[in-house]
Amino acid sequence: MKALAALGIDVGSSTCKIVGVDESGELIWHLLEQADPRAEDQVQRFLKAAEQKFGPLKAVPFVATGYGRKLVKDAAKNITEISCHAKGVYHELQKPGTLVDIGGQDSKVIVIGAGGRVVDFAMNDKCAAGTGRFLENTAGRLHVPLEALGKTALSADREETISSTCTVFAESEIISLVAHGVAVEPILKGLHRSLVSRIVAMIRSVGLVSPLMLSGGVARNEAMRKLLEEETGEKVHLPQYPQLMGAYGAALIGLKNG
Amino acid sequence: MTESITIRGKLRYQLAVNVAGRLTLAFRRRRNERKTARPGWSRDVLAPPLKLSARMKELMSRHYLGGRYANGAKKVAWVTSGAPIEILKALGFYILYPENHAALCGARRKTVEIASEAENAGYSRDICSYARTDIGAVLSGKTPVGRLPRPDVLLACTNICQTVLYWYRVLADYFKVPLILIDTPFIYEEAHAHDVAYVKRQLEDMIPAAEKIAGKKLSFKRLKEVVRFSREASFLWLEVLDRAKHRPSPITAFDGFIHMAPIVDLRGEPVVIDLYRQLLKEIDVRISKGIGAVKHEKKRLLWDNLPIWFKLRKMAQTFAGYGANVVAATYTYAWGELAPMMDETRPLESAAQTYLHPLLNQGTGHKLESMQKMVREFSLDGVVLHSDRSCKPYSLGQIDQRDYFVNHAGIPALLLEADHNDPRSYSDQQAENRIAAFMEILEDSSNAD
Repeated sequence: MKALAALGIDVGSSTCKIVGVDESGELIWHLLEQADPRAEDQVQRFLKAAEQKFGPLKAVPFVATGYGRKLVKDAAKNITEISCHAKGVYHELQKPGTLVDIGGQDSKVIVIGAGGRVVDFAMNDKCAAGTGRFLENTAGRLHVPLEALGKTALSADREETISSTCTVFAESEIISLVAHGVAVEPILKGLHRSLVSRIVAMIRSVGLVSPLMLSGGVARNEAMRKLLEEETGEKVHLPQYPQLMGAYGAALIGLKNG
Repeated sequence: MTESITIRGKLRYQLAVNVAGRLTLAFRRRRNERKTARPGWSRDVLAPPLKLSARMKELMSRHYLGGRYANGAKKVAWVTSGAPIEILKALGFYILYPENHAALCGARRKTVEIASEAENAGYSRDICSYARTDIGAVLSGKTPVGRLPRPDVLLACTNICQTVLYWYRVLADYFKVPLILIDTPFIYEEAHAHDVAYVKRQLEDMIPAAEKIAGKKLSFKRLKEVVRFSREASFLWLEVLDRAKHRPSPITAFDGFIHMAPIVDLRGEPVVIDLYRQLLKEIDVRISKGIGAVKHEKKRLLWDNLPIWFKLRKMAQTFAGYGANVVAATYTYAWGELAPMMDETRPLESAAQTYLHPLLNQGTGHKLESMQKMVREFSLDGVVLHSDRSCKPYSLGQIDQRDYFVNHAGIPALLLEADHNDPRSYSDQQAENRIAAFMEILEDSSNAD
């Protein structure tokens, strides 16, 4: 087993993640759970699990990120998920470019410069229609499991237009389409298109620097990747664990600051 | 229906404002001046508040107290913030600025309650929160200043936005009083002679209308004096703001937001000149002692747009916590930069010039140039653009302005979405997160240098 050199924890709105890295910055261990409303207890549980795996953590640098980062009292530092995602993705893919991070509560476009430095960012934290929650809500409404969402959408041979610019109203629009006998697949494809078009508008507001990269929980959805490629004309690059990039970046910052 | 001026009304005004009010407010000011600490003030990151704040507060309280007793003692005008008030001032009107009153409601966290009165009456939440606060205050009588005087006349100038046009029509309809409208053509590049002539003509037309309401003739000698006072106060205000060029800066833009009330509400009165002279003295003492308004000033920033009135201190403290001083603001500057255009020897023509040129009556390119100049002159490291949901004309163009700074000038710039007066369009957590990320970029960019 490789020795633990730093830990990063990402207390997000939907999920909580912890990542351990070794001396070389390689991701050697992680845990991921649905976010517990009692974030502090969850963090303690995670740390205990790390302790069981690697022994005492006293000398291990530990950095927190995510919306709940300030709740992590034991962390040596807390850094925004914007910097952490940039660091994590840069370290793994080894190139500057434009990173799209679609999380549960918000979505961000981050322009990454040399060394994983954040050059600029745009953020949608005002409207659920640009976030993972948008897909989650409608997937539930259509009784499609979240994991099958992307595949189902891509299997459609045509596409319905979802014109509502609000998650709640989009949901009623979908109910109405279902009531008119429209199949689930074209509705889902239209839904993904609507989310992607919001993200593309945000990418344009900061200016696309190639390559285009994707992180966050929604990156696992293949329809999002495919449509993002269609809309931007760019190939989308994915890290191995898109959802862990925030915690990974935090651990890397911890490693650097030792 | 307007109220006539009576001896009883004048007597009541004298007793309440100039005798009882003056004494009580002076007593309160002395008590405030003795206070060394303010609850919630982060002394670890900020220098103590400016001592002169107590004096400024006294001045503004007296102004609003005057408003409470104005009906029956003086003729009252409600005006927009960029209105040419010198003529009204010379005719002895009590002048109320609904925008300043709304900002006061915002700073005292009364907006939601008051604006809801307007929203319940059918005014959309998409309308400017100043307008909603004012209309709500009018409809409900709710105000933190006791009572607002009924207007005898309304003066709206379109040099700040088009909302005022409709807002003041609502007021005119409600109060059944005349509305004087000064239409200022938008300046894309520079003002033409016919633009100036057009505004001047409107000012000339305004005089007999205002005289009729005031019940007296305008004295040009007095008008010239008012213009001189306005000009001098505006120059002093500019000097106050320019002191922020020192490193560390003795003031923050948030100090500017607080201390700009007199140049807006009381310009044309000698008391403002006196106040800003004293403010300069206090600031100069800070400079001579090397006192920075933000302890450990590491980064210097520009603020664009109105402040978030209900989060003034919070914003000051959040930035100061990162060692960042927001030293300059386009908004506070707007009240000083037109000073050179004022000319008492040509009071009407120079007023036409002055009131044609506010920042918001000029193209977005002009604002970008002003910002570039401020970045240079104040040695700034970053720009914070408050995208103000309420103030559309001010927020228009910010995406391009931000793009210029980030991609062409290499200066980090942050778009902060909020509202100048409505806390329902703002989230602490989201704002803090964006500011934290922005500060990390600034920190990183200096490490990379």
